[in-house]
Amino acid sequence: MDIIIYGIINSATLALMALGFTLVYGVSRLPNFAHGALYVLAGYICWILLHKVGLPYVLAAALSLAFVAAVGGAMYSFILVRIRGMSISEIIASYAIGLAILEGLRWGGLKGGTFTLDYFVEGSVDIAGVSVDYQRILVVILGTLLVGLLYFFVNRTRLGLALKGMAQDERAALTLGIDSDRMAVASMALGSLSAAVAALILLPLGSIVVEAGYHVLIMAVAVCIVGGLGSWTGAILAAFVIGFAQILTTAYLGAHFSVVVALMAIILTLILRPSGLFGKQKELEERV
Amino acid sequence: MAKQHEGRRRERLDRGIKVRSDGVYAVSSWREMMFLVGPRLLLIVGLLAMPLILGGVPYWQKVLTIICIYALLAIGFDFLAHYVGLVSLGGALYIGVGAYVSALLNTEFGVPIWASIPMATVLGGGICTLLLWPCLPLRGVYFAIVSLMFPLLAARFIEALDIFGGTDGIMGLDGFPNKWSEMYVLIICLLLALFGLRRLVNEDMGLVFRGVKDNDQAVKASGINITYYKAVGVFLASSLGCLGGAALAHIYMWAGISQFALDFSIIPIAATVVGGGGTLAGPVIGCLILVPVSELLRDFGTLRIAVYALILMAFIVFKSEGLMSYGARKYNQFEHWVEI
Repeated sequence: MDIIIYGIINSATLALMALGFTLVYGVSRLPNFAHGALYVLAGYICWILLHKVGLPYVLAAALSLAFVAAVGGAMYSFILVRIRGMSISEIIASYAIGLAILEGLRWGGLKGGTFTLDYFVEGSVDIAGVSVDYQRILVVILGTLLVGLLYFFVNRTRLGLALKGMAQDERAALTLGIDSDRMAVASMALGSLSAAVAALILLPLGSIVVEAGYHVLIMAVAVCIVGGLGSWTGAILAAFVIGFAQILTTAYLGAHFSVVVALMAIILTLILRPSGLFGKQKELEERV
Repeated sequence: MAKQHEGRRRERLDRGIKVRSDGVYAVSSWREMMFLVGPRLLLIVGLLAMPLILGGVPYWQKVLTIICIYALLAIGFDFLAHYVGLVSLGGALYIGVGAYVSALLNTEFGVPIWASIPMATVLGGGICTLLLWPCLPLRGVYFAIVSLMFPLLAARFIEALDIFGGTDGIMGLDGFPNKWSEMYVLIICLLLALFGLRRLVNEDMGLVFRGVKDNDQAVKASGINITYYKAVGVFLASSLGCLGGAALAHIYMWAGISQFALDFSIIPIAATVVGGGGTLAGPVIGCLILVPVSELLRDFGTLRIAVYALILMAFIVFKSEGLMSYGARKYNQFEHWVEI
């Protein structure tokens, strides 16, 4: 029973981590390798606002979300826009930005242990004989809510539909008067925002450390590859596959092995079904 | 611009194409021969003389060996990225595998140092190629993503399974007999790798490599096995990295998980971008500039990785051709002022 419950929680965690990455890639074909860095940045800013500036929690959270979204948008409009379309440069530049943020934070004194965010709600509850923190339940609820919101946004609002149009056919979208660069900025901001939301929901469970940035990037990438890059359904399904696989290995083989699961999942996916669970249409473009 | 140089302008003339080509015209006069040989000689003699120039300062001699190791890795990265079309963000994997293989050979099987480094080069290259084999059908972004994960996970793997000495690493390797051999072995390997690869990319095989990079469907249609050629490319590049890793392990007489560290992945990329991608000599120049800078920044801890990342970003966005291509262009042009 606890395997099922913690499996669901772990899967929701992974889905939250991967959502922003797959959103940006799906819309603008831009692999945002600074994803993990933005995640850590959001937690750090929130901590600073809470403990150094002394703002109330809601205000601090909202400000840090806005800040990270702005950083994401600025990253595209000042730096990445210049190298749009050169995939090697895009990877290297966004990875470099992420590294600069993460290692800059590490130098600035971000070390393990001292930086923690409080739980939203204290306490725990028994579900079918397994005791679960409220915070972990909140992860599942908010994760579902976020997926729902993003789904609604992409399929029902003008901006969302414009983003979807860009993802499907950039040229056709251009002829209909959708500004490709503005949409890319919007998608980067949105992707960064969802990284920040994930950070604020997930970070209270642990502490804010630089390593989390790399961990989140790896997990996001693993989920996206297994699910098929840029595919929403695939990403969520893959989050559940990897999430449960991790919990099962932790339960039967030991916690050390759960980090290896992500890599094994990627390699197995690449061998058995190279374009991921739901990534059919771009098959020829991405591999030979 | 125009106002500053009233009445005259700068005229640029390309050096004759016959001289720049490798034909018989290149040896038509001493001047033309010097023109072609000069820069190459400068690099060779400069690198060979470097240990003597730095003779009095052991610290900077150590830095020189580190430069060579990074340069080997960077040449491999450049070759793989610009001639085979595989961007490998995980150079640390090669260093780590090379270091562990030579450490195991040396301590467990008692292989002497002059045999363990070459063996680690070949074996390590083979191991890296096998590890990356499933990812070879992937292109561009996808390969980069997966290769990035390998060194991070390799370190975790060793930690988790507690194999190869776990977090302590493997200690007690044989060192080089003296510091001169340490430096010259690496410098000569570096020069051989550099000129060897430059030769290779102009051979038939290099043509296939570039074909794989530019249009793999066409290569496939010609009945050539792409995955095989990609594997050969990865083998060559990772062997260079493993050679560096093996040498590193023997220099420190220790192999551990810190040899999967991020520095080994990011510095070669930065050096390639700064020096000029696709030139093979550029990455060496990039390393000669960046690694000393990194040593000067050592007091600031991880800030140096941040500094690197910023330099890398600035170059890739604002000066993406790199120093070497810029220099080569200037070198091949005559420039002088003419009155209007």
